[in-house]
Amino acid sequence: MKVTVNIVRRPDIADPQGATVARALRDLGHGAVRSVRVDRSIHLEVDGDDPDQVRAEVVRMCEELLANPVLEDFEVVVEG
Amino acid sequence: MTRIGVVTFPGSNCEHDTVHALGLAGADAELVWHRDTDLAGLDGVVLPGGFAHGDYLRPGAIARFSPVMGEVARLADEGRPVLGVCNGFQILCEAGLLPGAHIANRDLAFICRPVEVEVVDTGSVLTRAAEPGRRLRIPLNSYEGAWVDPTGEGRVVLRYTDDPNGSQDQAAAVANQEGNVVGVMPHPERASEPILGSDDGLVLLSGFVEACREVKV
Repeated sequence: MKVTVNIVRRPDIADPQGATVARALRDLGHGAVRSVRVDRSIHLEVDGDDPDQVRAEVVRMCEELLANPVLEDFEVVVEG
Repeated sequence: MTRIGVVTFPGSNCEHDTVHALGLAGADAELVWHRDTDLAGLDGVVLPGGFAHGDYLRPGAIARFSPVMGEVARLADEGRPVLGVCNGFQILCEAGLLPGAHIANRDLAFICRPVEVEVVDTGSVLTRAAEPGRRLRIPLNSYEGAWVDPTGEGRVVLRYTDDPNGSQDQAAAVANQEGNVVGVMPHPERASEPILGSDDGLVLLSGFVEACREVKV
């Protein structure tokens, strides 16, 4: 099954990359940009038929390795 | 003799300098491979700078699963001195042996220059031999060098005097509450002989070696 993990930095943690991209967009004339956050997506292919089981396993992967709980939250999307 | 292990991960690049500088500070330092699972006989351990496992995913994220890390955690639990320099600091945070985590420098620049740090807490194995308030000039060499700690549990022992990277509380070195596990972002081993332009890092490494010697006794 195809699974996407979206790793999102917590709002209270600074995102210097997002801030720089926001400045660049405004410099290009996109004055409507209020803020930018740059996050990461990880795409997996995982063996299994049961979406709930696959999701549970990928959640464990996030907790063990893919996300840093100090900085980041995550969202697991099972695409079938 | 005080025996200190310096862990080599695939991608470490400061391990030989660190062994050399610990020698200048009076230790018998030796390289340890990241797959070693027995550090018996060592009085302390250092995780050196570099890019362990390519810094893939996040710096330290893969390295914390290297087989040696079980022994590093054991030494830390036993109260033995554990030091992480630069990438080693990042690994100790990822491993949960120090609070907090690292993000990119505020200005998104790789910083490679000597910086000034001030000793603000001498209750750690790294800072115990330095006088409080002393200012040291030590090279900083990092991209993901800004430490953040939403929990507020970290104990800042060295502080930048000029905020080069946006690190929380201008922290350059952080200890656990017990003071036996310390991470430092600038490189004391690169300031350990006058020929390098500064030997200010030696007071830190000497204190660390002393701490290892005392635990041995």
